[in-house]
Amino acid sequence: MRLLTHNMLSSNIRGVVNGFPLRIEVGKVVEKNVEMNGDFLKNMFVKIDWKAFVEASQSMGYTELPEEADLSMLDSDEFLNRFHHALLELHLEEGALVCPETGRRFPVSKGIPNMLLHEDEV
Amino acid sequence: MKLKELEGHLGSLDQFSNPKIELEQYPTGPHIASRMLFTAENSFGDVSNKVVADFGCGCGTLGIAAALLSAEHVFGIDIDPESLEIASLNAEELELDIDFIQSNVLDLVWRGPIVDTVIMNPPFGTRKKGADLDFLSVALKVASQAVYSLHKTSTRDHVKRSALRDFNARSAEVICELRYDVPKLYKFHKKKEVDIAVDLWRFVPASHQSRSI
Repeated sequence: MRLLTHNMLSSNIRGVVNGFPLRIEVGKVVEKNVEMNGDFLKNMFVKIDWKAFVEASQSMGYTELPEEADLSMLDSDEFLNRFHHALLELHLEEGALVCPETGRRFPVSKGIPNMLLHEDEV
Repeated sequence: MKLKELEGHLGSLDQFSNPKIELEQYPTGPHIASRMLFTAENSFGDVSNKVVADFGCGCGTLGIAAALLSAEHVFGIDIDPESLEIASLNAEELELDIDFIQSNVLDLVWRGPIVDTVIMNPPFGTRKKGADLDFLSVALKVASQAVYSLHKTSTRDHVKRSALRDFNARSAEVICELRYDVPKLYKFHKKKEVDIAVDLWRFVPASHQSRSI
């Protein structure tokens, strides 16, 4: 699971008001190289919740992203490289996503988060 | 990538080993899947460099087709862990990165307008009435650009009415009518193989500004 996916997933348990962002518990992180696409990154930048993204990358062990970012930084290749790496090349292979409100764990196994709800959570 | 080449790759994918009738698991054949994604890309530019989500992805055929046509990021969502395992292996075999999520499509909560295009071969609702329209309702909330979906031709008027009136779609067009081969997968199937008429639809969702989620 990439951090792009993490950035759009919320806890969907019935009654939960602030289900975003899910906390990441790391078992294993893997890195897979992909080609950088500058236009795509610029397009995604405005859609990403930056604060959640930085916290998520830190919990995955990657601390090279600035706490604050604005559009002017997209002109920097160094920034784009870091953004690209964190968004698309880091994968949570084993671990869990944890609901920030209830502490309920959604396990991640072989890279696939299990977001299935129990009957009493729907 | 040429259409024939795309169809060839999709024909090599593994499909359901033990299909589950309660989930209406029918594989999306390489003929239909390749045409669906090829049209989305070449006629409308809805695939390459986009974020694409495959709803009820099963063994991953449509999502893999999107990744082969250079979607930048692909989600595959399905409720069934066995299908996801096959889908994951299929993607790995072709060296494609796809993020699979195990969830009921109808329960997942999506933050923000991240997904551009939703592609799906939803359950047609022969076991659970209205299942395809339930999927469509969610897809039109999640996609910011377009939704491609298959529905039985016999339900064409109903699908159009629901999309425009109930789900607030800006447009709903049948791109083409296809024959969907249903192989004899389940014991209750009497004939060896039947084909049913299905429509390939393209829906444009309401713009995000005018939407209330």
